[in-house]
Amino acid sequence: MKTRILGFVALAAVIGAAVNGLFVVPADLNQGDAQRIMYVHVASAWLAYASFGVTALAGLAYLIRRDMRLDALALAGAEVGVMFTAFAIWGGMMWGRPVWGVYWQWEDPRLTTTALLLALYVGYLLLRRLTDDPARRAARAAVVGLIAAVDIPIVHFSVIWWRGLHQGPTIGDPSKILNPSAPLQFVLALLAMLAAFTLVWVYLLIRRYQLARVEWQLEEDARRGRVAAARQVAVPSGVEEPAG
Amino acid sequence: MNDLRRGLSVATAIARKDALSELRGRQAAGSTIFFAAIVLLLFGFALGPDSRRLAEAAPGLLWLAIVFGGLLTMARLHQLEADDGAFEQLALYPVDRRAIYAGKALAGAAAMLVLGGLLLPVVAILYAIPVGAAWLPLLAAVVLGAIGFAAIGTAYAGLTVRMRAREVMLPLLMLPIVAPLLLAAVKATVAALGGDPLGELGSWLQLLVAFDVIMLVVGAGTYGFLLED
Repeated sequence: MKTRILGFVALAAVIGAAVNGLFVVPADLNQGDAQRIMYVHVASAWLAYASFGVTALAGLAYLIRRDMRLDALALAGAEVGVMFTAFAIWGGMMWGRPVWGVYWQWEDPRLTTTALLLALYVGYLLLRRLTDDPARRAARAAVVGLIAAVDIPIVHFSVIWWRGLHQGPTIGDPSKILNPSAPLQFVLALLAMLAAFTLVWVYLLIRRYQLARVEWQLEEDARRGRVAAARQVAVPSGVEEPAG
Repeated sequence: MNDLRRGLSVATAIARKDALSELRGRQAAGSTIFFAAIVLLLFGFALGPDSRRLAEAAPGLLWLAIVFGGLLTMARLHQLEADDGAFEQLALYPVDRRAIYAGKALAGAAAMLVLGGLLLPVVAILYAIPVGAAWLPLLAAVVLGAIGFAAIGTAYAGLTVRMRAREVMLPLLMLPIVAPLLLAAVKATVAALGGDPLGELGSWLQLLVAFDVIMLVVGAGTYGFLLED
């Protein structure tokens, strides 16, 4: 019930922040209405990073504690993160087309880094699907989530360095939005959208976690059922089963 | 100190075992190198007969061929263990898991080094690249690239070897991870071949060293979890 209330609050917050970003805040002088995409684009990119942080930390904690709830949290982080990453890339492409003239700008380190990020975590989700045993799946996924999280800063750093040698246009650098020279109204609109998206993010994480727990319970019941059936065959009826 | 020495002897024993089985069953290693050479030949067809364009693309093509051949190499080194149930035996040894990882990674790096070392002359001949003058920085790039690829490849091959669809899962997981390695290795190769006019060779080699160290640490730390599952 509490989660449902959170869901409605998140929905209302997103509608409010969207109305503000679309109609209240004026359009950017240089980029026009395209700049409005930045409010959702930047917010979802940040939350994507936060999600993968959740996945890495939950995976690490799983390897230490061996608690399946931590594995469910890691899965929730990865899946929500992939969604936000895809959304961030899509928004970036929609913005890049009118502003840069192309959907894909190789000289933008963030775009290329984000694309690799998507590939890393789609791989993580596929790996989970291809492993049947829950404990094995959790351990393998935890290792992949950790390695991917360690790789992200290296990717980011190397791509910036790689691009830096033939400096491209930096007019559309997303970080410029938080530059003090940006009007306060723009900054506030971004922060409002970030807050609204964070509520959605928390809601989705909780829901995905709950779903993962139910799925695990079903798996566990099925496994118990198989073990019990095997015992029926192995132990002839009438023979007392040893305790323990 | 004693632990370290014991770990080292375990690692070299595992690496020697892998090297021996590679040398005695020559077909697999040979066909991987042949495969990578064919990839280089086909890149030539794909990019057309313009020799200047081929020479420009050569560093990138070399490293792509190394990556493709390396994926097969890493998978094979673990397949050898899994086929005969030797992986379980490996996990049962009463030694530090990090030593087992080090041994497998050492064997992998050696195999990658052979692959890279044999592909360099192929690239030099096919794409008319003068590799002789820049042999030292090129060797450094190949060695560092081989170590980094083996560091991450050993962990991921150990992870996927007993999985369904491992043939597709290993590349799928590894290719995005090795993107920074590929990028730095190609840039270092370009710089080495061009005589390093911008003085950036050292930076790219440092990036490779950083990648190698980080991935070796992560691989050693996580490989034990993969052995026990």
